[in-house]
Amino acid sequence: MTDLKAIPLDWYILLSSILFCIGIMGVLFRRNAIIIFMSIELMLNAVNLLLVAFSAYHNDAAGQVFVFFTMAVAAAEIAVGLAILIVVYRNTKSTDIDVLNRLKG
Amino acid sequence: MNQYAALIPFFPLAGFVIIGLMNTKLPKNVAAILACGMLLISFCLSLGVFMNISGQSNEVQLAPWISVGSFSASFTFLLDPLSSIFLMIITGVGFLIHVYSVGYMHDDEKHNIFFAYLNLFVFFMLILVLASSYLLMFVGWEGVGLCSYLLIGFWFKNKSYNDAAKKAFVMNRIGDLGFLLGIILLFITFGSSDYHIIFPKAQGFMSGDGMITAITLLLFVGAIGKSAQIPLYTWLPDAMAGPTPVSALIHAATMVTAGIYMVARSGILYALAPVSMFVVALIGVVTAVFAASIALTQNDIKKVLAYSTVSQLGYMFLGLGVGAFSASVFHVMTHAFFKALLFLGAGSVIHGLAGEQDIRNMGGLRKKLPITFLTFLVATFAIAGIPPFSGFFSKDEILAHAFTSNKLFWVLGVIGSMMTAFYMFRLLFLTFYGTYRGNEHKVHAHESPKVMTIPLIILAILSTIGGFVGVPESLGGSSQISHFLDPVFKPAQDKMMLLEGSSSVSEVALMGITVAVVLASILLAWYLYISRKRVPAAEGARLPALQNLSYHKYYIDEIYTALITKPLDKLSEFFKNIVDNKLIDGIVNLSGKATEAVSDLMRFVQTGNVDFYLLAMVIGIACILFFKLM
Repeated sequence: MTDLKAIPLDWYILLSSILFCIGIMGVLFRRNAIIIFMSIELMLNAVNLLLVAFSAYHNDAAGQVFVFFTMAVAAAEIAVGLAILIVVYRNTKSTDIDVLNRLKG
Repeated sequence: MNQYAALIPFFPLAGFVIIGLMNTKLPKNVAAILACGMLLISFCLSLGVFMNISGQSNEVQLAPWISVGSFSASFTFLLDPLSSIFLMIITGVGFLIHVYSVGYMHDDEKHNIFFAYLNLFVFFMLILVLASSYLLMFVGWEGVGLCSYLLIGFWFKNKSYNDAAKKAFVMNRIGDLGFLLGIILLFITFGSSDYHIIFPKAQGFMSGDGMITAITLLLFVGAIGKSAQIPLYTWLPDAMAGPTPVSALIHAATMVTAGIYMVARSGILYALAPVSMFVVALIGVVTAVFAASIALTQNDIKKVLAYSTVSQLGYMFLGLGVGAFSASVFHVMTHAFFKALLFLGAGSVIHGLAGEQDIRNMGGLRKKLPITFLTFLVATFAIAGIPPFSGFFSKDEILAHAFTSNKLFWVLGVIGSMMTAFYMFRLLFLTFYGTYRGNEHKVHAHESPKVMTIPLIILAILSTIGGFVGVPESLGGSSQISHFLDPVFKPAQDKMMLLEGSSSVSEVALMGITVAVVLASILLAWYLYISRKRVPAAEGARLPALQNLSYHKYYIDEIYTALITKPLDKLSEFFKNIVDNKLIDGIVNLSGKATEAVSDLMRFVQTGNVDFYLLAMVIGIACILFFKLM
């Protein structure tokens, strides 16, 4: 625990924020669906990191339990998301999200 | 006796239910016998009640009805001299008319349903007079209105008959509204609508109390509608569209006297409101003269009788208005006899002439319809007020009281009875004397069957002797009927403190004047229609101004159309074309259009571009966070 606390909390927050922003940028600016998924994963894990850091600093295990839940849900989400992506790929021969514009109003 | 008395209205109801449900499955003669039988049972019970009443009043509680908070009403019947007289009239005359209808309606395709309606009518009429509260009376009041509507429009395939039925209903509704408001005011003032609570309490009020005046005027509005007085009388002449027995029973003998009954029943209230009394008397006497003057020139046998009914009802209201309650009830009774007889006689003529109603196409029928002629003659004497026929005693008692109260009313009343004598004898002479003016080859005039003539004969006997129950003391009688009714009207009479001024000598003199005037106008009718063989002008001929006015009923219907119906139509059109079509529909369409327009704008948000959705989502979350943290 002391090792963890050797690094100030601010840095964790900063790292998490940077990772989260990178994730957002990836989601917003990439066209490839697989990359977008990876970016989402990045955002989730940025939050996880933050939760774990606070958990450590506050000596409260609840944060870590929460992270496990997040990871489980993220895994399920990715499984469903990739399944959808495979179906999309079979139909469009592409993973580019700009192809998916049939719902235009 | 009283517990049986409560059953009186329910025999006709049973008749209605059985005949109404079975309808065509029941053979005609079975339905007729059932309907008449039910009335006969009711009549016998009524007779029992009448014999045993001896002045006291009894209440018979049947069942609780409404009980909400402090308000409660129950089905309770009141048996007293007043209601027992009406019971006798309704069941007695009703029974005779039922029997007559067996012959008159024999060939009608809706024979059975006719008897069902008649029975239902008698039921509601009995409820009306037996009720011991205004609320229950209102039930009967509305019920008879409904039956009147059903029976006026009985031959509903004819559009003008249907219109007449609707007219009667609407006119009655106007009156009913007044009656209902009166009941509500009664309830506010006395906390109940039961007679036995209201009448004793009312005695504590001052004469001329504003509330009592308002109540009595509103109740009188109801009476105006039901009893066909100015200005709501126009439905009654049109109501002659119904079968003739209906005209006799509902529109002459019973239902139209409901207004008289109601005012007489509320005598104590009216006694406390001199203004209302004056209004009642005024409207009564004006209607009496006005309707009689219309009857002078009518050519439809039933129309003449209809206007004569309106006029006679006017006399009854005159009697009520001058405080002669028992005289009015007496006149209700004698009028029921002779007017039912007149209508049934007219029905017999119409029956004998295969539907002809125009007196210009009659004449000389006295040989072909001897029984009808003789009974009609008796009834004509009675209504004209020739002693010793019944109408003489009742009408002269009213006129004598009118003389004591207001000389002008008496003068108008005498003018009215002069006209009455003239138009009745004109009708009699044109119908039964002279030579037949119709098409001899087409129509074979014949006397009606026994089932129709026997009720005529019984009614003729009653019309002759019916007056003897009320021979005034001045003529050596004992005015039994007014002593009989005394217990009911005593409180009202005490309140009025009538000036019993007119000595018997002047009463006899008044009678003499009336009889002389009546005889003179009979002679005039004789001179015009027998000696000079005058026949009313054909349709469309030019008539002298006054005659024309009377012939067209003073254009009252046209005036009502122009003043009320037309503006209402215009208003409806305005509401339909402008308010409904433009305004209401506009609002509805506008909300639809607005939704469409907004949607049209919003659909551009749905680009189908996932990038854009994601960007919107991120910005959205950022905004939420931003505002949350601020």
